[in-house]
Amino acid sequence: MSTLGSTQAPLEAVATPAPVVSGRSEPRRTLLVRVTHWITTLCFVALLVSGAEIVVSHPRFYWGETGTILTTPLFKIPIPSSRALVPSGYGYVMPDQNGWSRALHFQSAWIVVLTGLLYVIFGFVSGHFRRELVPARADLSWRGIRSVIAHHLGFERGGDGDAWSYNVLQRLSYLFVIFVLFPLVIWTGLALSPAFDSAFPATVTLLGGRQSARTLHFFISLALVVFLLVHVAMVWRAGFASRMRAMIMGSASEAKERI
Amino acid sequence: MSNISRRKLITTGLAAAAGVSGLGVAAHLAQKYGLVPPDHSGLYGLGETLTYASQRLLTRHSMARQFSRSQISARPLANELAPFNDSFKRLQAGNFADWRLTVDGLVDRPAAFSVDQLRNYPSSNQITEVVCEEGWSYVAEWHGVPLSHVLGLVGTQPHAKYVVYFSIEPDWWESMDMADAMHPQTFLTYGMNGGDLPVGFGGPLRMRVPRQLGYKSVKFITHLTVTDNLKKFGKGLGSASPEGGYAWYAGI
Repeated sequence: MSTLGSTQAPLEAVATPAPVVSGRSEPRRTLLVRVTHWITTLCFVALLVSGAEIVVSHPRFYWGETGTILTTPLFKIPIPSSRALVPSGYGYVMPDQNGWSRALHFQSAWIVVLTGLLYVIFGFVSGHFRRELVPARADLSWRGIRSVIAHHLGFERGGDGDAWSYNVLQRLSYLFVIFVLFPLVIWTGLALSPAFDSAFPATVTLLGGRQSARTLHFFISLALVVFLLVHVAMVWRAGFASRMRAMIMGSASEAKERI
Repeated sequence: MSNISRRKLITTGLAAAAGVSGLGVAAHLAQKYGLVPPDHSGLYGLGETLTYASQRLLTRHSMARQFSRSQISARPLANELAPFNDSFKRLQAGNFADWRLTVDGLVDRPAAFSVDQLRNYPSSNQITEVVCEEGWSYVAEWHGVPLSHVLGLVGTQPHAKYVVYFSIEPDWWESMDMADAMHPQTFLTYGMNGGDLPVGFGGPLRMRVPRQLGYKSVKFITHLTVTDNLKKFGKGLGSASPEGGYAWYAGI
């Protein structure tokens, strides 16, 4: 069922003859999906590095509206801090990198949000979400999902079909990242802006206060990192070179896929 | 050249031309409506400009969140300060009676105010949060006179665009646009939680800009100057923060 993607469009639709190995030459991924994917990747790495640097300046997390070194944290990350103010217990202050980290964080956030908007609009208009990401009803059963998991745990390589269409687990996790984790990480990030909160106070009050928003921002970012690690691991297992080629060039020949 | 590639070339060319001229128009309009921050150049200028422009379009008049008395932090945090300089110590020995706030620049009547004089103007209170760029925050009640009242007294000239404010401590200065300067919650603050403003929190006089991060709320204010051009100050980036790698506009 899940192999019936648009990627298997009739051959007549292909205008220019390309070096065809297996008879399928239509790009697996559109240019827009590939470009937005890699811009998002770059921005995510920049956000992760800069976000970690910002955490180093105060590696303590609180719940509620307020929190300082004088109040009890929800938890602490046991690392030295880049500010002498924080009693990290290390007697050592890390170099302060907050300036460029913050600038990079917000600039990457702008670029990834605009890129994401473009991708989401394209996804709805072009049918990319409907065709490639929304699971088929038949696959949406516990049995269907279990069989994908069992398949993965058996550490079998993906079959031909996998190279041309996403399985139900992939579809669900991509949809979760696109429509749940990314919106949440943007929301909790915006809630940390005092000026934005002045115009839209519900942004932060619905989350239980500024420090709750900061803590949630941290955990949602961690969830995105977990997704990234699993995503890269799966790409690796499926055949790193061919999947990378597919995401960069758009198509991967089946012959290469089997190497 | 085939028809298809010619058509493609023409449409690409037109799209590029439209894009470039569109950017040009956008830059011109942004400049005209004061949406470009003084630290707009450099590697991160794009992000700073998008942030500042969006905030000016969305939040020009919005009010910082206010809290109830029960939400005031039991233990507010006075973060570390450099040792005070001699002028500060001398004024402190005199109980700040000789502390002066001088106001000059694009104003009709330059003036100097003592803290007691400022106290005699209609006072205002706000229970707002101090938000540090490091991540911590606390809520306190602040007492002061809105900066807009003092700017009204000295008479800012119509082409004024920014207020630059200086601490008695060297190299500690910031600036803000008129939207923030005239905002009713931007205070020349002399009191906190029902008492005088403690030295640790910036007493005797601190600027409070509650819609921006704590570093815009400069402590120990002695001098304000109204200007239409920030290029004349420091390295021309707007304030000391961008010189140290931090954003000039800190409402984020």
